[in-house]
Amino acid sequence: MDVTDIARWQFGIITVYHFLFVPITIGLSGIVAVFQTTWVRTGKQEYLRLTKFFGKLFLINFAIGVVTGIVQEFQFGMNWSDYSRFVGDVFGAPLAIEGLLAFFLESTFLGLWIFGWGKLPKKVHVATIWAVHLGTLFSSFFILAANSWMQHPVGYRYNPTTGRAELTDFWAVMFNKVQLVTFPHVVLAAYMTGGAFVLGVAGYLHLKNRNSADDSALYLKAVRIGAAITLAAGLGVAISGDFQGKVMTQVQPMKMAAAEALYNTEKPASFSIFTWGTPDGKTEKFAIKVPKLLSFLATGSVNGRVEGINQLRAEYTAKYGQDPGTKYYSPDGYVPIIPVTYWSFRFMIGLGVFAATGAALILLVTRNGGRPNGRWWPRLAVLLPIAVVLASSWGWLFTEMGRQPWAVFGLMTTAHAVSPSVSATEAWISVISLTTLYAVLAVIEFGLMWRYIKAGAPAYEEPADPHDATDDTPLAFAY
Amino acid sequence: MELTTVWFALIAVLWIGYFTLEGFDFGVGMLVPVLARNDVERRVMYNSVGPLWDGNEVWLLVAGGATFAAFPEWYATLFSGFYLPLLLILLALIVRNLAFEYRAKNESPGWQRGWDRCLVIGSFVPALLWGVAFANITAGVPIDAHKEFTGTLFTLLNPFGLLGGLVTVLLFATHGAMFIALKTDGDIRHRAGALALRLGLAAAVAAVAFMVWAQARTGTASSAVAFVLAALALVSALAAAWKGREGWAFAGTFSTIGLAVAGLFLALFPDVMPSSTATAFSLTTTNAAATSYTLTVMTWVAVIFTPIVLVYQGWSYWVFRKRIASHHIPILTAPVAPPVPVTGK
Ligand code: HDD
Ligand code: HEM
Ligand code: HEM
Repeated sequence: MDVTDIARWQFGIITVYHFLFVPITIGLSGIVAVFQTTWVRTGKQEYLRLTKFFGKLFLINFAIGVVTGIVQEFQFGMNWSDYSRFVGDVFGAPLAIEGLLAFFLESTFLGLWIFGWGKLPKKVHVATIWAVHLGTLFSSFFILAANSWMQHPVGYRYNPTTGRAELTDFWAVMFNKVQLVTFPHVVLAAYMTGGAFVLGVAGYLHLKNRNSADDSALYLKAVRIGAAITLAAGLGVAISGDFQGKVMTQVQPMKMAAAEALYNTEKPASFSIFTWGTPDGKTEKFAIKVPKLLSFLATGSVNGRVEGINQLRAEYTAKYGQDPGTKYYSPDGYVPIIPVTYWSFRFMIGLGVFAATGAALILLVTRNGGRPNGRWWPRLAVLLPIAVVLASSWGWLFTEMGRQPWAVFGLMTTAHAVSPSVSATEAWISVISLTTLYAVLAVIEFGLMWRYIKAGAPAYEEPADPHDATDDTPLAFAY
Repeated sequence: MELTTVWFALIAVLWIGYFTLEGFDFGVGMLVPVLARNDVERRVMYNSVGPLWDGNEVWLLVAGGATFAAFPEWYATLFSGFYLPLLLILLALIVRNLAFEYRAKNESPGWQRGWDRCLVIGSFVPALLWGVAFANITAGVPIDAHKEFTGTLFTLLNPFGLLGGLVTVLLFATHGAMFIALKTDGDIRHRAGALALRLGLAAAVAAVAFMVWAQARTGTASSAVAFVLAALALVSALAAAWKGREGWAFAGTFSTIGLAVAGLFLALFPDVMPSSTATAFSLTTTNAAATSYTLTVMTWVAVIFTPIVLVYQGWSYWVFRKRIASHHIPILTAPVAPPVPVTGK
């Protein structure tokens, strides 16, 4: 493997790993904020118990999100220095703004939230967790703006003197049409993840505590809240995903063709349930299809025309083959790996549909205060967060690998993006040490999560009043 | 003033913020096995920086992001060139952050000892390597006509670089001890004060040697002023520590670190990464910079949001201003699963 392959493996592993924790952080911080607000407003003890319980789990998860994020920030310079030189003028700004607007907000207010119990007045304290949640949304916005620019570069010009892409319109980058559909999709997917997390954990605890009336009622309530969020966010994800599909067809038609393994242009185009092609990605051997559905998904009209891989390959070769910028790309092979795009697209949607259906079913059997004794539904509940997290991973694999061979669509291929001064040995040391450390962290984090989940929600305790605190009062929370 | 100069100054400010703030929590981390006599005291040390270390670390992330945006070539050359030291720093920061978050989540002594080790190593390694890196940046490293670093790891491990590393380790350790003396109460407070004095003397010797050498190599008149002020600040810090004026002593090491970093940046200007291969290949504030449009956008963002960040970070320091002593540390009770109720079937 050459440095490019190693760097790509590292980027894939490290980023997907980061994004296992990210959606839980975004979703759960919002849900914990809602629990705590409800407690402050109504004084109902059960909401304080839920706040504390899910708050702990949120913190265990957040810690890994932070440490894996630090690697992300420096990875561009370390492994992708030619990329950084080429795009820095456009791409650096959202990254820097993310740090200034989002990371300071998240980390400072999280410190205030963790150590502020019994120290800050109740209303100020609940505001700190909302500030953390706002920080996660800012973070998502700016990083996705950066990513959307790679999918569909706008607001820049190519400067032949400096040999790089230069920013000409900041607002165009912030409100890229890809960004406008990606941001809702990813954030809703994160709420779906948070909801499914609450649903799964509470489902398990409901089953375990079914003989204790108080606790099983508490967990049942959490089950229903989690299921409602999963379902509602899931519908939003599907709607925003549909918009994304249409935008993608306009800006990266090859990705849509590859997602469908559509080898030749069709009008109207049918949606493939299963397609098998030759490994070189030129012809289709066998397929099961739903007529006209793809036309509708990709263009919004049942008779719309959808370009096929073969026609697009010819088109891309004609367009990019003679471009003076060929210094930044290899003039051939504009087709991503078809089986990967095809299956990752289906796994994303399939797992998401499975999770939303599961949540709907659980809402149905627990309706009207019913307390179904069946054991199948809590077991189903436990599967749902896993399904949603995997759906996100597949979504990213699809988006990023479907963009290949481009790092920045139409401007720079991945092979030209890598650091020239980094040796294969160095790249190996990096990917092996990070992957090993991440594997160890996964074991530690799941062990801790499991321990805290098994222990269940802590018993209600009257929170200390900040006014009663003296200089000698012990900390309400300490490392 | 040119926007590129403004951004050079802003990036210097971000690094100053990072080293003065994370400097003390690196120091606290390194000193845990030296200062704490028992488990409660170890936890006093962890909690003295508990709500603060994460916000301190973000200064690094913003410094990195701002360099990417304002000087893309600098970001690219520096981070791909100093590859292995940076990787070590990243690995160290990972285990260190988790030591804070996870240590108290399990009572097992083995678990806690493991995380203590992570904290110590995770604080020492970046404290050392940042010094090595910044000494090398100021002194110049081999960079070719394509702005690529052509050295190896061993290029960076020269005497000047290693002295730089020693200086940051000693200064951060002193800064950390001053912080513990200021932020805790009881026995540990006095031990920290005494240790800060001894460490501070060692730091002063190393730092003065380093600053004289740096000044002789690449210094300018303005960097000389900053280095002299840094030395004076360190002397006053030690005098204040000797008199037991903990607040002044901490302010003293805070200023020392800030001024010394400022001195390095002043010695660097107008280069951002001088080439030891040929002066013509040096990265400068102009040939490494982003376009003036990008810099203008970034300036607006910085002007609007930096004051807001400073206000709420300041507020958080205010909220957690009280000293912490052993009797403030609650007993550790990691959760235990309740016994499963007997099924009534
Ligand atoms: C859609 C959201 C999203 C995406 C696509 C990414 N992240 Fe992330 N990131 C977050 C959402 C997020 C977050 C929710 O804001 C985190 C998770 C835990 C946390 O503290 O914040 C975070 C943490 C986090 C941190 C640590 C912040 C701290 O110390 O407080 C850094 C430096 C990054 N990220 C950088 C990146 C980079 C460079 C990415 C792209 C390659 C990336 N993230 C993808
Ligand atoms: C702003 C956010 C992001 C940016 C700027 C970004 C950028 C990049 C870059 C530069 C590469 C290397 C080129 C390549 O090998 O394809 C890449 C690849 C990749 N990214 Fe992203 N990415 C972002 C977010 C994500 C996220 C959140 C994920 C998933 C969790 C992800 C998953 C991947 C994967 C799996 C690859 C490897 C693809 C391959 O090797 O073919 N990316 N991305
Ligand atoms: C009916 C359901 C869905 C549809 C139609 C859909 C559609 C899409 C499309 C078209 C993309 C690629 C965008 C591009 O590359 O330009 C995408 C990406 C993605 N999807 Fe979905 N999706 C669905 C369900 C889900 C679910 C359930 C999740 C996770 C919970 C999810 C998470 C993601 C993520 C994280 C990405 C990558 C980031 C992005 O480009 O938005 N999606 N989705």
